[in-house]
Amino acid sequence: MTLWLWILGACALAYLTKLSGYLVPQRILESPALVRISACMTVGLLASLVMMNAVGDGQRLAFDSRLLALGAAIVALRMRAPFLVVVVAGALAAALGRLAGLP
Amino acid sequence: MTVAGLVRDSPAVRAGLSIAVATGAYGVSFGALGTASGLGVLEVCALSLLTFSGGSQFAFIGVLGGGGSAASAAGASTLLGLRNGVYAMQMNALLRPRGWRRLAAAQVTIDESTATALAQEDPRERARGFWTAGVGIFLLWNLMTLVGALAGDALGDPRRWGLDGAAVAAFCGLLWPRLRGREPWSIAAVCAVVTVACIPLVPPGIPILVAAAVAAAIGGWQLRREQARPTEQVPRR
Repeated sequence: MTLWLWILGACALAYLTKLSGYLVPQRILESPALVRISACMTVGLLASLVMMNAVGDGQRLAFDSRLLALGAAIVALRMRAPFLVVVVAGALAAALGRLAGLP
Repeated sequence: MTVAGLVRDSPAVRAGLSIAVATGAYGVSFGALGTASGLGVLEVCALSLLTFSGGSQFAFIGVLGGGGSAASAAGASTLLGLRNGVYAMQMNALLRPRGWRRLAAAQVTIDESTATALAQEDPRERARGFWTAGVGIFLLWNLMTLVGALAGDALGDPRRWGLDGAAVAAFCGLLWPRLRGREPWSIAAVCAVVTVACIPLVPPGIPILVAAAVAAAIGGWQLRREQARPTEQVPRR
């Protein structure tokens, strides 16, 4: 029973965290300084997500087939491939790496 | 526009759908690991429906599976979800949802929906990308959680199919169009290095917050530098 309470508590906290961002008034979000900083944060967040998914494994760095996926994605992007092709290239590279016995 | 027309004409919808398939399929892992860590099917599904944030959910069952208390599981889950608050602020500024849409947008504000929206330039495309990825992942993630919780390990590891590679490629594809000019490249490089350096040092989910703070600091510093040199600005008309 207490487990259920903690589950629901964690869910409530997760939702309130998300909702809090939507309760910030527009006039604060519209200030030119914040718009500029927000644009920089966008690039930073996306770059961080790439690395987190490429080499992160909990609180550990793991260099495995996902790096092949990253390489394949960059090659595909440089060849101006459409988004879906980039994603499939990443999946294929990682799957082939694992098939070849890489971690 | 029809659904088929949207898929054909909107790059954001296509990006949202492909990222939804790659990420949603991972629900199987969560369902299987959740029941393996001692939770019931109902509890595992409740986490996917209500928490709906992959990192937080894996942290919750990870702590329980490692013998931790339910309280520390909830703490780890909340810590990992903090970045969603930053995403929500950005989505609030870009999409400005009102009324019930705001409540719904909050629930589907996660890594993938935010990234899909941020990668678009056109405001309508941003909204399409956000909702396609958010709702698409929500549906698939919950369906696959149930499948994983019922089937256990019988389905095998999605990593074998390269789905973790698909996620890496997807985020890379979302970042790519933003890398025009020297400034975004240097911010991306600094944040990538900061993330990798932070991963072993702080709990999962925090490195991305550090990277966001560093990016914000760079932005603030450049803003001050620009304001300090008003003579270099081109006069307006």
